[in-house]
This record gives sequence, structure tokens and C-alpha cells, in this order.
Amino acid sequence: MSALGELRNLKGVKNKGPQSNKAAFFFLLPWFVGLLAITFGPMLASLVLSFTDYNLLQPPRWAGLDNFVRMFTDERLHKSLGVTFLYVIVSVPLQLGLALLLAIFLDRGVRGLSFYRSIFYLPSLIGGSVAIAVLWRTIFGTEGLVNQVLALFGIDGPGWISDPSTALSTLILLNVWTFGSPMVIFLAGLRQIPTSYYEAASVDGARRWRKFRSITLPLLTPIIFFNLVLQIIHSFQTFTQAFVVSGGTGGPADSTLFYSLYLYQRGFGQFDMGYASALAWLLVLIVGACTAVNFWASKYWVFYDD
Amino acid sequence: MMTNTTIEQELATGVSALERRQDRAPHRGHRKTVRRATYPVRAILKHLALIIVASLMIYPVLWMVISSFRPSDEILRNPGLSLEGFNLDNYVNGWTAFTEPFGFYMINSLVIVLGCIVGNLVACSMAAYAFARLEFRGKRWWFAIMLITIMLPIHVLIVPQYVMFSQLGWINTIWPLVIPKLLATDAFFIFLMVQFIRGIPRELDEAARIDGAGHPRTFLEVILPLMVPALATTTIFTFIWTWNDFYSQLIFLTSPDNYTTPIALRAFVDQQSRTDWGAVLAMSVVSLLPVFLIFLLGQRFLLRGIATTGGK
Repeated sequence: MSALGELRNLKGVKNKGPQSNKAAFFFLLPWFVGLLAITFGPMLASLVLSFTDYNLLQPPRWAGLDNFVRMFTDERLHKSLGVTFLYVIVSVPLQLGLALLLAIFLDRGVRGLSFYRSIFYLPSLIGGSVAIAVLWRTIFGTEGLVNQVLALFGIDGPGWISDPSTALSTLILLNVWTFGSPMVIFLAGLRQIPTSYYEAASVDGARRWRKFRSITLPLLTPIIFFNLVLQIIHSFQTFTQAFVVSGGTGGPADSTLFYSLYLYQRGFGQFDMGYASALAWLLVLIVGACTAVNFWASKYWVFYDD
Repeated sequence: MMTNTTIEQELATGVSALERRQDRAPHRGHRKTVRRATYPVRAILKHLALIIVASLMIYPVLWMVISSFRPSDEILRNPGLSLEGFNLDNYVNGWTAFTEPFGFYMINSLVIVLGCIVGNLVACSMAAYAFARLEFRGKRWWFAIMLITIMLPIHVLIVPQYVMFSQLGWINTIWPLVIPKLLATDAFFIFLMVQFIRGIPRELDEAARIDGAGHPRTFLEVILPLMVPALATTTIFTFIWTWNDFYSQLIFLTSPDNYTTPIALRAFVDQQSRTDWGAVLAMSVVSLLPVFLIFLLGQRFLLRGIATTGGK
């Protein structure tokens, strides 16, 4: 299984055979140093900084819980939480649904599978780049491609990215557009279902839909779960697209003020490092809680064959 | 560290299993011939649907490429894909629109990309060897920690990292971007390589051991040559992710001399009061060109490479 599967089943990493602590230490040395200096050290430091007032110029000043108390009255923070949650809740199911649908379509031996797969996958490879964000800004502009096409049908489209009521949906669309990578995972999962299951079901007289519901879907739930967890974690951190499309502001009217964008503005725009650290930890808590809920809920719908 | 990676990580794990399955399951081929013969109408409808979805998906990219060869004023009027002659003005204007020619920023990007590739190849393969082949105290815990760091949001690290690197005087150098890779912080690649090494028969190590090779030699002379496909996969993914990376480069590279391709492109879009969309699109295409090339050339090798990883 994937990284998540490995975490579920760590018994596979049992020690078997003679210990070689010295050699292991040597091979893991760069990783250990990185873990301490680049990962755990900074995590700890940001936890400490979150209780301080720090602007990089003067040394940090202890502020107690001030940063966290501030969160309750910070309206832009509330706005950014709303934007981010809406984005995750709408775009992740749409993206995964489309990915699953097309994977099922492609699974049943379509001619030209690798061609379709490449086309569907390409957006995932470039979707996070500045160039595509720039393209999005162009095609959803007032005179952009989308409105040109709508004009052919006599429709006068809005300025998609300059209108607060539509700006976020263009970014949701961009996330859905990158459904190729979860699709590839679904395809892999579908391939691992033994054909003998379907043959046995045919013998019992099961039709297509019945086979899908009783074999494909249950056996695919671990993969759906895997994709869901990763996509949620990933989508919570969306930054580049919103930053480029809104010119770094999160506008219009903060309608694309993603959480990570707000954190960036606080930390690297205003150098309010203490508050930014507190925001970072809030993000970790939110993402961690979502993941925990996901794992808890998985008991009720994810089916493990092992 | 892992801004745009999570989404891609699945690919590596997914594709591998997919390709493996294709190699091992010839009976599926039989099944599909039967299906095609029985339901020609259904097959045609299915292709029609697939072609429609594929066209919709790829249309914006095609339009971008074609528009970049059009006169600027036509870009905002022509939604089609027809092209009357290659107009290279946009490329000329875009290339020279910055303080330095656009190639200058691409070289900046390339230097960082190469550094990251070297770092990931060396540090991750070493760690992967330990996790896949060596027994040591607390292995299960270290392995779990390694897996969890794959999913850690970069935002919780970036503020103190910035503080740390600025105290070291490393802002506006490539070090904040490259050093973490040399310290194997891209744990995803460790996982990818662990999966690959697990697939190499242990008998080969043991034979080397009997010949008197220690772990360093076993690693260098037995395992590394056999894991070239995994190294290729790592190289390709590191290239694409680092090339596209925006967040950490935006934070650590603030002076225009050090701008990389995405940072320069973004600055170009925002600095103009009246955007020259033709030039912007042209440079967007140029910035994506290396990714397209790697995708086209490396795809087969990439898929094959991960195939044996047993990523899933």
C-alpha cells in the first residue's frame, strides 16, 4: 500500500536479523540532521514564536496567549478560514468524483488508454505552476477566453476573477482540472482487483451495476480513502494559484484569501512572525483534526481486504 | 519542502502499481477484446465521451500555445485555435521585457533544480538503504516519523526556517532551497526508494556480504546500480516539482538578480499597469517548455521506472 497503508501496518517493518546500528546511523546521518535542523527544530521554534511578538528586527518579546486571543477577533482570518473550507469541501469531492468516474471508464480496456491517461494527467503536472495560474488569469478575465466563447452564444459573461462572487469558483475549477493524479491512483487500484471476483459474480448472474456496487466499490474504498486524505491535506495548503490570480492580495474583496495566503501576508508582508507562527500551528491543528476525523470515519466505510 | 508535491506523490505510487499490473495481467487483454466485439456502439460512445473530456481539458493549454504566436490584440478576440502565420513578436518582447533576458532566470532555476536533484539522489538513497536493508534500534518509530513528515504542511516550518536562514545570511542564496534536499527532507523519495529496494532480492546482498563487502560497498556496488529506475523517477519528479515550485522561492529569493523562472514570470505579470498578454503567454509557454519536454521524453521511462518500485 501507499504511505498511509504503511502507517496502518507498521508491523511489516519488524527487525529481523542482526542489528547494525553503526552502519544505520551512518546511512541515516543526513536524514537525522535534516529531521532535527530542518523539520523538528523549526516546528519547535515556531511553537515558541507563536507565544511571542516578533518582527525580525527586535528580539522576540513574550506575549503569552495574545496571538491566539487575537484570532477570535481577526475578521480576515475568519474570512480566510471560510474561503479555504469552502474550497476544500467543494473542490475535493468534485475532483475525486471525476477522477473515479474516468478511471472506471478507462479501466475496461479502452483502446488508446495511455494516450488518454497522458492527456488527463498533464494538467496535474503543470496545474500548480505560475504559468498556468497566469493562463487562468487570462482566460477568466473580462475579455478572456471563457467570455469570448460565451459571447458566441450571446451570453455576456462576468469578469470571473474580478467579481467576488465568482473568483473562488475559477480556482475550484483549477483544482478539479488536476484530477489526473488521483485518477491514476484509482486506475492502479482497479487493476488490483482480481478478475476472478468478477467471473464468480457473473456465474452468479450479477449484472454490471451489481458488480460495481458489490465488488469494485468496496475494494476501492481504501484507495478512495487514501486520495481523500491526501487531497484534503494538499488543498488546505493551496497558495500559488490564489497568489498569482489575485496579484497577491487574495482579492477581490478577500474572496480568494486562502489560509496560506493570509499567513504569507502576515508573516512575509507585515513581518508579524509571532502571529504567523500561531497561524501556522492553527493550520496544523486543523489539518490534523480533519485527518483524524477521516481516519475515525474510515472505520465505517473503508473496507480492508487483508 | 513539499508545497506542490502531495498531489504528485500519489502518482508515483499509483502509476507503479498500474504498470506492474499491466505487465503481469495479460488476461485483461483477452477480456477487453471480447467486450469490444460485443458492444461496438457502447465503445464508440465511450470514446466520444473521453474525447470530449480530453479536449475540454487540454483546450486551455493549446489555446495558450497558439495565442502566444498571435498579435497581442487578437488574443482577447479569438477563442479559436486557428493560426495565420507564426508571429514571434511576443517571444521577442517577453524575452527582453525583464531587467535581464528571460533565459537568465531560467538558468537561476536550473542551478537550483540541479542542486536539489543531487541532494535528493544522494541523501534519500542513503536513508532508503538503511530503512529497507538494515536493522537498528527504534527502526519502526523512525520509519513512522519519516512517513508522517511526508504529510507535514510546509507552512509550519517556513517562518522559523526563514528566521534561521536569514540569521545565517542565506536569504537570496540557493542554500535555503538546496540544503534541505541534501538532508533528505523530501521524505517522499525515501519512501519511493524503500519500496524499490524491497523488491531487489536479498540474495544479492548476501552474495556480496559473503564476498566480504560491507554495507557501504553493498550499497554502492549492488543496490545503487539496481535502483537506477527509482533514481530516474526521483530525478524527473524533483526536476518538475522544483522547477514549478513558487512558495519557497518567493520567500527565500527576494532580489531580482536571484529570481527564478516562476518568480520572474509573476513579477512580470504584476509590474505592468496594462498587461501585454501576448508576451506574458509567450513566457508562460517558455517556462512550461522544460516540463513538457521532460513529460514527453521521460514519460515512458518514468512510468517504467516506477513500475518496478511496487509503490503501492
